[in-house]
Amino acid sequence: MDSVITLDHVSKRFGAYVAVHEAHFDIQRGEFFSMLGPSGCGKTTTLRMIAGFEQPSGGRILLEGQDVSRVPPYQRNVNTVFQHYALFPHMSVRDNVAFGPRSKKAPEAEVAKRVDELLSVTRLTQFAARKPAQLSGGQQQRVALARALVNYPSALLLDEPLGALDLKLRQAMQIELKRIQREVGITFIYVTHDQEEALTMSDRIAVMNEGLVEQIGSPEDIYHSPARVFVANFIGVANLLPATVVGEMENRLVVSLEGDVRMETANPAWGAKPGSKGTMMIRPESLYFRESGKGLPVRLTAAAFSGPAIRLVLTTGSGIEMIAHVPSDGPRPVLEPGRSYVVSWDPEGARLLPPKSARSPLDMNLRPTLELAQQFYPNSVV
Amino acid sequence: MAGIAAGGGRRSRLAPWLLVAPGILWLLAFYFIPTLPWYDGYARTFTDYHEHLARSFGYALTATIAAIVLGYPLAYVMAFRAGKLKNLLLGLVILPFFTTFLVRTFAWKTILNDGGPVVHLLGWLHLLPPAGRILNTVVAVIGGITYNFLPFMILPIYVSLEKIDRRLTEAAQDLYCNPRQAFLKVVLPLSLPGVLAGSLLTFIPASGDFLNAELLGSPNQKMLGSVIQGQFLTVRDYPLAAALSFVLMTIIMILVISYTRVLGTEDLA
Repeated sequence: MDSVITLDHVSKRFGAYVAVHEAHFDIQRGEFFSMLGPSGCGKTTTLRMIAGFEQPSGGRILLEGQDVSRVPPYQRNVNTVFQHYALFPHMSVRDNVAFGPRSKKAPEAEVAKRVDELLSVTRLTQFAARKPAQLSGGQQQRVALARALVNYPSALLLDEPLGALDLKLRQAMQIELKRIQREVGITFIYVTHDQEEALTMSDRIAVMNEGLVEQIGSPEDIYHSPARVFVANFIGVANLLPATVVGEMENRLVVSLEGDVRMETANPAWGAKPGSKGTMMIRPESLYFRESGKGLPVRLTAAAFSGPAIRLVLTTGSGIEMIAHVPSDGPRPVLEPGRSYVVSWDPEGARLLPPKSARSPLDMNLRPTLELAQQFYPNSVV
Repeated sequence: MAGIAAGGGRRSRLAPWLLVAPGILWLLAFYFIPTLPWYDGYARTFTDYHEHLARSFGYALTATIAAIVLGYPLAYVMAFRAGKLKNLLLGLVILPFFTTFLVRTFAWKTILNDGGPVVHLLGWLHLLPPAGRILNTVVAVIGGITYNFLPFMILPIYVSLEKIDRRLTEAAQDLYCNPRQAFLKVVLPLSLPGVLAGSLLTFIPASGDFLNAELLGSPNQKMLGSVIQGQFLTVRDYPLAAALSFVLMTIIMILVISYTRVLGTEDLA
């Protein structure tokens, strides 16, 4: 595989505060790579280290195989699309886009050719003479993109570029960004706190929390096989139940949930053994909802119709809230709030996640997620 | 569509003029007409007082340039580099305003005096010839003007630098500018409105100033302001004093308008 950027155990400390701890991963040429996490998780700091605005306190950053950890931003062949675009207000759209090539002293004829090309890719040709203040948010966004891409960088770094746009425009720009990325074939490194955005656009996602990379994988991996409680909770809706492993058979585990309800699940990769404690994670759409039978008894608290599915809010005997989605047009029990029902799931529809203390971030960062996913889904095509 | 818009535009263009017409007529009758050159005082400004006139603008221009050279770096440090010291520095810039202009200029008279510390120090360093002096020279007058108007230069520049988004410097560096190029291509052009405002706030009052020339200069450094003051208060030739003032004002206006046109920042003109 051909990696453009390698983070080699990169850490960043501000005084006693650890912003990024031992980030260690590769970014492949041409991929759309997202760093996703809540604010303060270290994703923007990581991006700024790749751009050169911050220097790592430990570890190395390789760009095209060269160590650039101490190279200033103006000597690195990566370009940034800033959160609030940072367009030069005293220059026209054309001069903004031409800024990079002109700084590099490219011949003016070539500058004009490249600027025209990028203005056309970003559909800005007719706005070339305007000042940034005369453009809408979406247009400014595209100028920022053109201004960075015109330099043909090894990687384009995007720092929450859609954060300032309203929902409709944001969705349109997501599609637009993906189109442009395919058209120019440049590696995109995208920082966002919006999980939906990351899932829609990315080839791979690094989920970060409190300075640690919790998991790296494709959107499907991250959603269906989260490695940690944090990832399960941050991406989509997760039902989380405390569990204890009580038995082991072939590659399955038997776990005991509250009230000693016993369920089976695939054996996870973190080395759970009889006696280990963990958390069962089941997505709302993987829950079977029945009037009675084998499973975990729950009480129906509320039901809400949302088009294709009905969203059920359930409470277990110990007071844990669960969410289940049942198809709105399929067969289902009569819904009566307050009544008792039973939920169950297929062994493949649930994950046993390690307890917080079992976390070993170094291990997690290094292990290719594909392997993990194959262990979770022995028979599936990932 | 266009026709309707143009029609509406014509109506609304005329309306404000009609509304201010009474005021304009008043000004024409009682302010503008009496100042017309009926009288030879205007000619005398350029014959008898052309030296004072030239000095006024020469000193004001030199002081303005000196204030930019001294004020811009300080404003830059305050806006970008001072961190926690920013408010302290800002306070120090404003501090002289707590004492009156007159007292501060008198203080300089003492400081720059022939037997004073500055002359001693410069003499000891052989930067000043024996029996050389600073008080009652051009240096003292221009220095005094620069000193007195420096805060009016620093503050507008500081404000315009402070408004500049820090990410613009990062963006310039991201686009292959080293810090010096980033300053020249982004920060400096964006701070020009502040330099323009500061220059006007310095140059306009400096060209009409008389106090610095009176207190720190000799009769050889007299500026037009001193002449006007003398004509009004000592000679009591009011028509001549008025004519001198009017010429000074007109030249300042012409200079200011051409300056703002050249710099292209018309929102200040």
